[in-house]
Amino acid sequence: MTKKLSRGVAVVGVGMSKFGAFPEKHSRDLFVEAYQELKQSVQNGFDPKEIEAFYMGNFSSDHFENQAHLAPIVASWVGLSPVASMRIEDACASGGVALRQAVLAIASGQCDVVLVGGLEKMTDLSAARVTDALALAADTMFEVPAGFTFPGFYASMATAYLDQYHADPDALLKVGIKNHENGALNEKAQFGQRISDVMASKKAKAAQKGLPIPEWADEMDFMKDPKANPMIAWPLRLFDCSPVSDGAAAVLLVSEELAQKYTDHPIYIIGAGQASDGALAERDSLSSVPSAAHAAAQAYEMAGLTPDDIDFAEVHDCFTIAEVMATEDLGFFPRGEGWKAAMAGETARDGKHPVNTSGGLKAKGHPVGASGVAQVVEMWKQLNGLAGGRQLTPRPTVGLTHNVGGTGQTCVVHIFERRS
Amino acid sequence: MAECNLESKAFYNAIHQDVLIGSRCKDCGHVSIPQRLICRVCHSDQAEQIEFSGFGTLATFTVIYVPPTEMVEAGYNAKNPYCVGIVALEEGPRISAQIVGLDLADPGKIKIGMPVRKTVVERGPEDKRKKVLAFEPA
Repeated sequence: MTKKLSRGVAVVGVGMSKFGAFPEKHSRDLFVEAYQELKQSVQNGFDPKEIEAFYMGNFSSDHFENQAHLAPIVASWVGLSPVASMRIEDACASGGVALRQAVLAIASGQCDVVLVGGLEKMTDLSAARVTDALALAADTMFEVPAGFTFPGFYASMATAYLDQYHADPDALLKVGIKNHENGALNEKAQFGQRISDVMASKKAKAAQKGLPIPEWADEMDFMKDPKANPMIAWPLRLFDCSPVSDGAAAVLLVSEELAQKYTDHPIYIIGAGQASDGALAERDSLSSVPSAAHAAAQAYEMAGLTPDDIDFAEVHDCFTIAEVMATEDLGFFPRGEGWKAAMAGETARDGKHPVNTSGGLKAKGHPVGASGVAQVVEMWKQLNGLAGGRQLTPRPTVGLTHNVGGTGQTCVVHIFERRS
Repeated sequence: MAECNLESKAFYNAIHQDVLIGSRCKDCGHVSIPQRLICRVCHSDQAEQIEFSGFGTLATFTVIYVPPTEMVEAGYNAKNPYCVGIVALEEGPRISAQIVGLDLADPGKIKIGMPVRKTVVERGPEDKRKKVLAFEPA
């Protein structure tokens, strides 16, 4: 039997901080920045006293900021005490799962107005300590001792994918180039540079220092240069990996019947799904993310839609291979065809299935707990025609978010639509 | 044969004795590594401990140039990378492990499907050496 929400849920406003590295800021400061923008985005405004619960996605403030029990602190910082506040931890899917819990709270009838947040402050630690902290999202008893890192897990999935489908590894580099193209049009992105801009800036730096100026024929040539784009975990290079980031995002959800009180242009959550899985080694497939396919099937069924009804998607491209697999797990392309679609530009803004118009995790940045919530910010902007230079035309009607924890131990999918 | 114990730490106790253990569901025959009491296929809680031959094939792999702290301490870095992969044991299930004894100069030459066999590597400081499962070309 199709599972429907007991009552509808709408997004009536969104906000996000700039993503990047902010040594002077605590995560709560970044959330204040996101919340301030959220307040501005709600057309008719809202009284903070109307908020009945605060669901906050955060992976590891314990390790990154030496702070547990963060949700009540953040709630206090935006003046919400004594509202019920809780931190949701499901690795990189923390934000998406927080969103889902808020949707369920409203659908159940227990709450009418709920704030969803996501935040992470990662750049205070050294690169090695960040790698160690992220590794805690894997099985530390049976996966991490093997020597796996997160780039290593996804690299192993890339090896399996490229082998199984005899795929051209250049497809992965194309994903990176495309997401940097989009990120350059997003003022909140950590990397507001196209790969061609990165090349120009490296040439200028070399000239300034009186060093030999590097020669690259084109962007692909740059991406294959081991000096410019070093190997991190074979076959993944630096520009295949999302960065270490600081950032926060916020979304205001209300019950469908209240939506018009807040804004003339709410967006509605019409599909939701979530699934889990065990360690990578125990899955039947090493070249896909089974939990994503399960979560997507639930969301499509709830929405009564098929993959071809989705006008655009924000997917969890923590690594370029993850985007390729996501486009297959979500049913945009058949198994083994995602890499060809990436090569052919079908996931670009003017392609058949635009993916990661925001720049994705790759270019926008990946403050782990914020990513799943920031995806909703892009939904709001694209569906409402507010995405500026990266706005899709015609303005899309239906969008999908796909947020993965770990290597797919968690995946959560939501589908959004506009009705005006 | 190591003493029958389906709890997680028994796996490493067995590794310290150079034995690779797992479990088989007495009801449906599903084989797991590491061992577990409850079968993920048929949900039975009737499992027995088994010992693997230690032979298998390489299911997938990567070569890591930016290691985590534990592997940095073991001497690995961008100039001295290491291989880690997933091995499909001949009894069926797969497990993550370091793959040693390979030429890593061109990872493209490492082949999925190559036969491997169990070995053990030691890591950690002198006073806290620990044995970790690894595989090498068979």
